[in-house]
Amino acid sequence: MQQIINFVLRNKTFLVFLLLLGLSLFFTIQSHSYHKSKFINSSNVITGTVYKTANNVSQYFNLIKENKALLEENRMLKTIVHNLDVDTMTSDLQDSLKLNANYKFRTASVYKNSYSQSTNYLTINKGKKDSIKVDYGVITSQGIVGIIENTSQNFSSVLSILNTRSRINAQLKKTNHIGSLVWNTESPEFAQLIDISKFAPVAIGDTIITGGQSTIFPKGILIGTVNSYKIDSGGDSYIVNVKLFNDMTNIGHVYVIENLQAAEIKSLQKPKND
Amino acid sequence: MTKVTLNLAARFIILVLVQVLIFNQIDFMGYINPYVYILFIILFPANNNRTLFVFLAFLLGFSVDVFSDSGGVHAAACVTLAYIRPVFLKFSFGTIYDYQSIKFNQTDFSSKLTYFTALVFIHHLVMFSLEIFNISKIILILQKTLFSGIFTIILCLIITILFSQKRK
Repeated sequence: MQQIINFVLRNKTFLVFLLLLGLSLFFTIQSHSYHKSKFINSSNVITGTVYKTANNVSQYFNLIKENKALLEENRMLKTIVHNLDVDTMTSDLQDSLKLNANYKFRTASVYKNSYSQSTNYLTINKGKKDSIKVDYGVITSQGIVGIIENTSQNFSSVLSILNTRSRINAQLKKTNHIGSLVWNTESPEFAQLIDISKFAPVAIGDTIITGGQSTIFPKGILIGTVNSYKIDSGGDSYIVNVKLFNDMTNIGHVYVIENLQAAEIKSLQKPKND
Repeated sequence: MTKVTLNLAARFIILVLVQVLIFNQIDFMGYINPYVYILFIILFPANNNRTLFVFLAFLLGFSVDVFSDSGGVHAAACVTLAYIRPVFLKFSFGTIYDYQSIKFNQTDFSSKLTYFTALVFIHHLVMFSLEIFNISKIILILQKTLFSGIFTIILCLIITILFSQKRK
């Protein structure tokens, strides 16, 4: 017994080192599996407050760009509104509270954004208090950004599409061939669309949009355009290099999408046990 | 609380904040970021309790991890760095110095550069290997280690030169 205690005391630095190294490796491995990075994420109170303070200063530097983006979005929405058929508008004019909407949009500001690692996350300033929940989609007016992964009272962390763990259902705009949007860590301007059938008529310049297969994003949110494509090593599907519409390195304000029918769809898709 | 302890605590907090708020956002050429916070480990007084030192290094890495959503990669790299630091103290400063009582601002430039280079590259190699976590991307790991390492070494040297006040 005496010898064991002596051994521990003599090697305490080494033992502490092993223990702490093991702990950090545990955190690292855990952060690589989806929905398990609960312990360490930047949506907690301390980091949220620090990023909020920093954002209060730095947001002014992007005001001009933000204003331009808002103006552009307003122009687009106005074009849609004023080109609508007047008859349908007046006959269907409804109270927005009674509107039978499928998706609910909330706005949020980005406090922290990263794009240089292989697992990138954003932190936004809305959390449980604002009814943000895990698995809500996050977009900007230009295109998709990511999916909510963790929430705290006032903040949420968003799994960016620039993350090796991100996998988003996407499709060609002109046909319904679907694939998955992933990221190969090489450039924040490009993401890759994989598993798309080789019978799909892919051409350079085609638009890629979100597919309606997941309950997270509505169908038709813009993603990017085809920059180049090749047959993958298996020989039966394309790997498409997609140039993102969004400038992922400069994101100020985002929309969080809630699918009001997600629970219903999920319960339908769940395999029945009895 | 002695003056040294307070000084170290302030250095810890300032380095973490500067790292996450400024240096993590640089993204020079798309992906090159300096990791200047390891100055805390590099410049930690050598005559202190080693177990405490390893633990503090873990806390340092962990704080940066929480801010940058990176799991435990910084923590693992920092703990490794803190544990093997004595080897490199002996290696770079030799036996001329009694390595229990090194004053970092009194050593000559070339041995300091060797010491910084060795520690920075070890830290970056462990960190990027864990972050990318894919042996088939070894080229990417080495590339990131090299470029970020050079950036970190230059910034660390500049910071130590700027903040080492000469006692009158």
